[in-house]
Amino acid sequence: MLKRWLLHQREYEVLSESDHAAAPAVSVQNVYKAFGRRPKQIVKRLKEGATRQELTSQGTAAVIDASFDVNPGEIFVVMGLSGSGKSTLIRTLNGLQPPTDGVVKIMGQDITAANKTELRRLRREHLAMVFQHFALFPHRTVLDNAAYGLEIQGVDRAERRRRAGDILSKVGLEGWADHYPDALSGGMQQRVGLARALAADTDIMLMDEAFSALDPLIRREMQGQLLHLQEELGKTIVFITHDLNEAMYLGDRIAVMKDGEIAQIGTPADILSKPADDYVASFIADVDRTRVLTAESVMVPPAALSEEEQVRARTTTVKAGMTLQELVPVAIRSDGAVAVEGDGRDGEPVQMGYVKLANLLEAMAPPETGTHPTVPEPETSTVKPAGEDA
Amino acid sequence: MADEAIDFRIPLGDWTETAEDWIQDVFDTPLGLLADLMRMLFDIITDGLASVLPVEVPEWSPLILALLLGLGLGFAAKSWRLGLGTALVLGLILGGLHLPPWYIVAVVFAAIAWLAKSWKLALGTLVGMTLIFGVGLWEEAMDTLALVAVATLISIVIGVPLGIAAAYSRTFSAGLRPVLDFLQTMPPMVYLIPAIAFFSVGVVPGMVATILFSMAPSARLTELGIRGVNHEVVEVGEAFGASTSRILRQIQLPLAVPTIMVGINQVIMLGLSMVVIAGMVGAGALGGEVVRALSGNDLALGVEAGICVVVLAMFLDRITAHSGRAKT
Repeated sequence: MLKRWLLHQREYEVLSESDHAAAPAVSVQNVYKAFGRRPKQIVKRLKEGATRQELTSQGTAAVIDASFDVNPGEIFVVMGLSGSGKSTLIRTLNGLQPPTDGVVKIMGQDITAANKTELRRLRREHLAMVFQHFALFPHRTVLDNAAYGLEIQGVDRAERRRRAGDILSKVGLEGWADHYPDALSGGMQQRVGLARALAADTDIMLMDEAFSALDPLIRREMQGQLLHLQEELGKTIVFITHDLNEAMYLGDRIAVMKDGEIAQIGTPADILSKPADDYVASFIADVDRTRVLTAESVMVPPAALSEEEQVRARTTTVKAGMTLQELVPVAIRSDGAVAVEGDGRDGEPVQMGYVKLANLLEAMAPPETGTHPTVPEPETSTVKPAGEDA
Repeated sequence: MADEAIDFRIPLGDWTETAEDWIQDVFDTPLGLLADLMRMLFDIITDGLASVLPVEVPEWSPLILALLLGLGLGFAAKSWRLGLGTALVLGLILGGLHLPPWYIVAVVFAAIAWLAKSWKLALGTLVGMTLIFGVGLWEEAMDTLALVAVATLISIVIGVPLGIAAAYSRTFSAGLRPVLDFLQTMPPMVYLIPAIAFFSVGVVPGMVATILFSMAPSARLTELGIRGVNHEVVEVGEAFGASTSRILRQIQLPLAVPTIMVGINQVIMLGLSMVVIAGMVGAGALGGEVVRALSGNDLALGVEAGICVVVLAMFLDRITAHSGRAKT
């Protein structure tokens, strides 16, 4: 009885937490996932300090002590090579792979404690998913594929078809509603996959290597479209990828995974300028820095320039969020330096700092010149435990 | 003698007989009901739905029902082909195979063949049916079709749910597999013995033996079909919060249909080969003719009846092998 009452109390607290505007949309606390005959035993050994390699005879430790929060409206990217546990991690978020240990909270509700009915309700209301190989229903039209989430939610036929149709035109597929998926190209099929997740109208979208199966040109286009839609719809997105450029381009924050552990969590600029360890450093060596770094992340404080230089630089001002790709042509045409301005509290532009051409060149070179420009085999690099970063 | 020490006999047969007596005592009523059901289905297909109804209705009235059902299904699936095909098949089944003149039935068969595959098959069907009538075995052939139809229907009704259960539970699957092996490999004539004991001679024991022998593929291929559905597509259902039964109905079963149809096709083929054996217990039809030819050493009759079975087999195989793959 007492236990039951305590559980009720906890549920109550959890619910009132979710009313808070600042509460994370997804909260992952010390999550472990192991496969094998006795997964609990593996987790126990891991907690005692055993490494993943030592436990290979007993099973696979896919996710080791992962902790992070995803804020509402954020794009949180989990990035890692294949076998790093990123796909398993995303599947613990909606319970497709229940974690062996640890807690996952979705909009404040603990899904690891939910029963089957509860879990289904949470998935229907809060979690949509986009799959790597699209996973469209071949026996349904594009429109009925897109309307699937609404159908499961019990929205009536006319309404769900209307709403799915709206989303289809948002992703640029008007006119394809009555076709079957096999008539569509890969890029278009994934747009249907995206539309299916968007139409479900959940707060959170899980995207498991959603663009990895597309060719580079289409992938770039889809990335742009996703950011555009995100701006409009304000979803919380957890995005899994093995492509660091993609991670840097899309992510508000990035978690880098290695061998089941999170090696570093930070903004793209953080990870580029302050890699937590050799592994992350070697990873970022070949990233396209001009797409990631912004004026703000490379600028220097006013004191670094002379009075006269500052006056000349102020003839060209750029926004703080401008990427180097956009900034370079502007800077070249300027008088050696540009002024960076950001939005102040009342929306008025505020002078933040300056970017000199020298700063630009410096930023484009990877930190620690000694790092090799290719990604090494995961086994060859040693990584410190992720605990302090997570 | 040393041999006597290891000489023993397991009275497996006696045990089976005891079990048979027990089943007969305990399940007398259900078995009787089952027999009545199968006989009624057989009568509907041969003599029409109108013949088994307790009230007097015109013989053509079931055709209207068939037409309505066909229209309904065709409309729901947005496929005139499926609707028309269903109307024709149901029209034959509910209207009675024996009532219209043979050439009308033959033309309807040809039309079904056309809808299911091609005009070439339709032409072949027409030729085959004419041959059956030409050798004077039309009535027997129609009885054979009715036997196979009832046996197939019951095999599917039992086999498909078993296959679904096996796809969901590894334990059930492991338990079911040896049972299906047993059913499929037991020499089929052995089934006739208990079938006669339970249902005496006639059409019913023939159908029961046919069902036992031919059921396995429908269960096996249903399991295979469901297990073979792309895992990621099933995961979509789970990820969007669909219930297990909904995932089964909306995702797994529709995508398993081509495989299940292969199973049904095999059920029909096994059933056809079995109805000949069932002729031995008085099921009549083409099987009865084959048995008669065998006992009278009558090669002419044997060949004629045999050819008719082949024609029916080819017709049923071609139309069922294609209807599963047909897209909308």
